[in-house]
Amino acid sequence: MIRRVPPTEPFEVERHLSKNEALHGIHPDDTYLKPGRIPHIWCPGCGLGVVLNAYIQALKAREIPQDRASVISGIGCTGRAAGYLNMDTYHTTHGRAIPFATGLSLIRPELSVTVLSGDGDLFAIGGNHLIHAARRNVNVKVICVNNFNYGMTGGQSAPTTPLEARTSTTPYGNVEHPFNLVSLAAASGAVYVARWTAFHARFLVESISEAFMKPGFTFIEVITPCPTGYNRPNKLGAGLDMMKLFREKSEIHHGLDPNEAELDLKRRIVVGKFVDLEKPTFADGYEKLMNGDPKRA
Amino acid sequence: MNNGAVLTGEHFLNGDVACAEGALAAGCNFFAGYPITPATEVAERMSRRLPKTGGIYIQMEDEIASMAAILGASWGGAKAMTSTSGPGFSLMMENIGLGMMTETPCVLVNIMRAGPSTGLPTLVGQADVMQARWGSHGDYGVIAISPASVQEMFDLTIEAFNLSEQYRQPVFILSDEVVGHMYEKLVIPPAERIHRIERRKPEKRPDEYVPFMGEEDLVPPMACAGEGYRVHVTGLTHDEMGYPHMFHTTQERLVRRLVDKIRLNADKIIRLESDFMEDAKVVVIAYGCVSRSAREAVERARSKGLKVGMLRLITVWPFPTKKLRELAGRVETFIIPEINYGQVAYEVERCAGDRAEIVQVGIMGGTVHSPEDIYDVIEEFAQ
Ligand code: SF4
Repeated sequence: MIRRVPPTEPFEVERHLSKNEALHGIHPDDTYLKPGRIPHIWCPGCGLGVVLNAYIQALKAREIPQDRASVISGIGCTGRAAGYLNMDTYHTTHGRAIPFATGLSLIRPELSVTVLSGDGDLFAIGGNHLIHAARRNVNVKVICVNNFNYGMTGGQSAPTTPLEARTSTTPYGNVEHPFNLVSLAAASGAVYVARWTAFHARFLVESISEAFMKPGFTFIEVITPCPTGYNRPNKLGAGLDMMKLFREKSEIHHGLDPNEAELDLKRRIVVGKFVDLEKPTFADGYEKLMNGDPKRA
Repeated sequence: MNNGAVLTGEHFLNGDVACAEGALAAGCNFFAGYPITPATEVAERMSRRLPKTGGIYIQMEDEIASMAAILGASWGGAKAMTSTSGPGFSLMMENIGLGMMTETPCVLVNIMRAGPSTGLPTLVGQADVMQARWGSHGDYGVIAISPASVQEMFDLTIEAFNLSEQYRQPVFILSDEVVGHMYEKLVIPPAERIHRIERRKPEKRPDEYVPFMGEEDLVPPMACAGEGYRVHVTGLTHDEMGYPHMFHTTQERLVRRLVDKIRLNADKIIRLESDFMEDAKVVVIAYGCVSRSAREAVERARSKGLKVGMLRLITVWPFPTKKLRELAGRVETFIIPEINYGQVAYEVERCAGDRAEIVQVGIMGGTVHSPEDIYDVIEEFAQ
């Protein structure tokens, strides 16, 4: 066989190493972002910037050095968050961020390992991994961005899409019942469970920094506007309109049974911290039963 | 390393257990798996041994998760392994692709049983050869090793770890139920006599490091989590900095390098065992458990004066294309007994089919060829 392939264009190392350095550093938090990665790919009015910023503020609040933190994500709009952070970040396959993070966290227990991904990634294709990681209580911090649909692929229905809502694959309205994510995470064994919206930026920072200090599997759901995918067919307006809706409809109920934590954009959005308990982690149990050092050889 | 990981001495063990011991001797300190016949004994051994040698064993919820977990552990600096069989191997394909794309060293053991689907869970097969080569979508280079004895399950598992560290990618042990379950003598050498290769680390400072720039052998040095290099690792097409770049020129550079790092280093990776080849007109090509029957058949044919040679594939992938082309000029017939409907035979035909006769001796699974099965075919073609 004769193989004809096009010549490859060389990679300009120098140009990439120095990329956008002039602009980088203007904002004090730029150190948390990889040089040359901004502008991001997210739509105007998207809630993802709020979540990314909350993660950064929580790191700062806890004084966790960047080289001791790692973010792992799956696929989707939220999945892209990992790539902007100036630390060791892993953008894995669809739904598989949690088992990847499990491996990393067990072998490097000193790292703060966070999974930042979307509702479709974590609860549809990755649902089985999430419930088992919660059951095992591995030391992984999950931040799940719930925008009620698959944004990246153009607004299809997700396991969180409300009954009768319209998406590009439920043109007559959704006939499926959505998951209550906080209830599912709590039932699976998460030691910390909270829900906030993109409107609750301060609460969210506090919640993430609490989770950082909590050994074991923690779960934070963040409801965000997706003006491009979900808002449009459901006539919910722009990002700002959605933020107003969050303000109007949200009620904080700390300690509420997560089964009761209603999430209905038309009626009420129950937010708050629902679970905060102590339980041995996988690594604790491993150390105790194996009577050895579970870390690296 | 003197943490009890290397069980120096003579043992009588099965192939699965020998594989686990080989992994430990190679420095494996992370194992994630899911129970499946006939590979379960690898996991069971690891669950017993890893906690006592300072490693981590975890049983995951499925094989998809097992493969993901070993990739994560590898980026944490671990030498990581999983083991499975056909149905699990199918599930692992997705994250094998991620491992190839992100150049993550790890070892995946497939103790082949007969498929498709659930097939014959407890009985032998060899029909995953092409799946190992082409199973995950997209182009990439593959290394797959096929042990034929308990001793080789140990030795070649070490080799698999070394190759995975050297070429920075998942490496497959493509064994089979017979070799996995057979008991034989195993000699484990002293720890200091075990040759171990470790992944190359960056020598440059973090601000000068280009994480996906291949060196002379096309393999980039690897910075793991928490080492201060702040690397972004993605399954998306990425430039040398590791950043997603949705452009055909970047795809061309990246994927060509992923394929070429194995293709151009193939001569260094390929391992063959050849016997009685000098004057051979007929050559039997076999691998794994079938090579044991084939050897006996070839020896019997030789004792009867037939000009028969034997080529055993220790590495099934990369395929020894060059060697086969060389032989095709003087060998008249290649006989390929294998437990499938023609997978290695297909490759042999590709390399030598224009100049030699290719005879595949297939069984669909559940049993191994007897030496007679192979001898009869040799006799027919060597007269
Ligand atoms: S599609 Fe939705 S979630 Fe995705 S970036 Fe746009 S607004 Fe955000």
